[in-house]
Amino acid sequence: MQFAQERSALDARWKALQSQAHPDNFAAQGAAAQRLAMQWSVRINEAYQRLKNPLQRAAYLCELHGAPIQAHSNTAMPSAFLMQQIEWREALDEARTTVDLDALAASVDSVQAQLLNQCAALLDGAKDFLAAVPLVRSLMFIDKFHHDLDARMDALS
Amino acid sequence: MALLQISEPGQSPNPHERRIAVGIDLGTTHSLVAAVRNGVAECLPDAGGAVLLPSVVRYLDAQRRQIGHAALQQQSTDPGNTISSVKRLMGRGLADIADANVLPYALVDAPGMVKVRTIAGEKSPVEISAEILATLRFRAEDSFNDDIFGAVITVPAYFDDAQRQATKDAAQLAGLNVLRLINEPTAAAIAYGLDNASEGVYAVYDLGGGTFDISILRLSAGVFEVLATGGDSALGGDDYDRVLADWIVAQSGVALHGPEDQALLLQAVRGCKEALSNEAIAPVELSFAAARIDLSVNRSQLEAVTQALTARTLLAVRKALRDARLQFADIDGVVMVGGSTRMPQVRAAVAELFGKTPLTNLNPDEVVALGAAIQANQLAGNNPAGNLLLLDVIPLSLGIETMGGLVERIVPRNQSIPTAMAQDFTTYQDGQTTLALHVVQGERDLVADCRSLARFELRGIPPMVAGAARIRVTFTVDADGLLQVSAREQISGVEAQIDVKPSYGLTDDQIARMLQESFSTAQVDVRARALVEARVDAQRLVLATHSALQMDGDLLSVQDRAEVDAAIAALQATALGSDAAAIEAGSKALAQVTESFAAQRMNRGIAKALSGHTVASLQESFKD
Repeated sequence: MQFAQERSALDARWKALQSQAHPDNFAAQGAAAQRLAMQWSVRINEAYQRLKNPLQRAAYLCELHGAPIQAHSNTAMPSAFLMQQIEWREALDEARTTVDLDALAASVDSVQAQLLNQCAALLDGAKDFLAAVPLVRSLMFIDKFHHDLDARMDALS
Repeated sequence: MALLQISEPGQSPNPHERRIAVGIDLGTTHSLVAAVRNGVAECLPDAGGAVLLPSVVRYLDAQRRQIGHAALQQQSTDPGNTISSVKRLMGRGLADIADANVLPYALVDAPGMVKVRTIAGEKSPVEISAEILATLRFRAEDSFNDDIFGAVITVPAYFDDAQRQATKDAAQLAGLNVLRLINEPTAAAIAYGLDNASEGVYAVYDLGGGTFDISILRLSAGVFEVLATGGDSALGGDDYDRVLADWIVAQSGVALHGPEDQALLLQAVRGCKEALSNEAIAPVELSFAAARIDLSVNRSQLEAVTQALTARTLLAVRKALRDARLQFADIDGVVMVGGSTRMPQVRAAVAELFGKTPLTNLNPDEVVALGAAIQANQLAGNNPAGNLLLLDVIPLSLGIETMGGLVERIVPRNQSIPTAMAQDFTTYQDGQTTLALHVVQGERDLVADCRSLARFELRGIPPMVAGAARIRVTFTVDADGLLQVSAREQISGVEAQIDVKPSYGLTDDQIARMLQESFSTAQVDVRARALVEARVDAQRLVLATHSALQMDGDLLSVQDRAEVDAAIAALQATALGSDAAAIEAGSKALAQVTESFAAQRMNRGIAKALSGHTVASLQESFKD
């Protein structure tokens, strides 16, 4: 499996599998059939969920190739990104309007896109999974930051 | 029934037998039942030709009750025993109901869910809803002159686990086999999607009597995928009535006395509001015991006093779009659902926000029931050619309480269901042998701000130093959005689990007792009915087993085959007798001996579906 994935192909595959295994196909056939269908359906959703999210996909690939992310015990990230984090945190604290937040979100999005491109180069091109790990951790931070950004957006609007 | 019809999913094991399945929209102000007849979904009328059943139940005494129009007509004379908008109470505690003091009937606090005090005693919202559902069930049975195989029941997308479970309990109490709970906006999209063959990303704006829902759906090739849902489970046309009523009282300077006056006023205000959807100006004329109201309201006055309510719906729309990570320009169309979307100011506000005219060509009152009927027909296996697949998401995040009253999210909102997600936890004290688990639902970080669903304990953890135990907590959410939680200590293997029947949850015994009490007055001979049902089930099971053996009999060893044949013979013999319980036991026994056979057939079917890939690794199958 490679990191670069066509989202539409993934979606189509997911739907094709769910159209076979979804419990609704067995609604008329009793509890045991439903339970089995559900187990399959759950696994398909699990695989889909992991593969459609680029961050989870990258983390999964690293782990598969012996380069675990260890998000809880190791927080090493590129130092330039650490500086960037501090700036963003300050900008989030100081944002007073949704316009401020939109500008901040745009800046976060563009860094996220850059990191994903670098990930793709390391995972699919150089096959250097260890080098991709700090990038994945940076992306995890961005994911969490997006959550905080949304919460702030809700509070302001 | 434990048997599967893998090679022909969705097809009835007995093609000549058509199962009657209905869609039910259990609404705040009114409810409807619809079914597919001759390939077309239509709402079923009552004997008087009316399609809408007011969701109102009036208790006359311990035995008698009125349901629907008859109850609604008495609302102003007997407000204390006439229960309307019961949907707002489903799965709710007294503290959850913001406007309990303005309701014309009395609520009683009870553990988990409120009850209503009536002349017939304290009634739970589940029982009251079951009266409405049973009325619709009888209507459908009369329409077809036959039994109903099952029903799809709609709930607001925003309903949490407690509210969904309460709805399912009510249906069971009404004697309905629930094929699926589906979200109302999704049902509306089904009705529109199939009728108009639409593809693209749609917003469904559903402003009903008591709830507001917004859903963002993607439709493609027969698949309805919910991208995001949002809304407000306590905002609807009733609030427009109340705000307008308050304004009229303030304008006229009349003082109201008691719930009778209040009910009379609300009825008049509702008429005025509905008239303003077609007229520029409408009168309100009312005589109370001590006073009179006589004034007219114009459209812009209505718009001005209710503007804040409309604005609240638009805020929720923006939030849902953000959740779906979409812009207004990405939306291909807006579907309007619910009687309140007839109000011109609502249509105009939605059109302005999205920059396009919303779809209104189906009756906004019927569209949800019609979609549910289409889905029910498919789930019952009547539509073998159907390729309609509903892929839903969970509306609210699920998690557990951790140290300091914080929520650890385990299943995030908008995750595709069914799903199972796990997270590892540990002990925080040396020698700790018990872990208390508190399951909550909601988006906030503090437990106090979320809804408590259930509590249970994992006991018998062997004493270890703090942090050494590895406790895996697994959340499993089924296709209806209902939750099961289990916890297992990985080293010792001790485990505990709970079906999240919310804390008020009715036990099966209670349901059986209520069923008997509630419907012993109906002109149905319960025992004869049970016998017929048991025989029909047994017959179906035997037929299905035969056809499964024909198709996949090679999966069974000689010994297993003999066991299955013996169970079939035993069941056929019992079914000739008239002991319903014995027939059920025989069916159960047959289902049991065929369970592993069913699993093998399932695996064979899936293996076929994965076209050559190993079934052990689904992730592998995504590779190509």
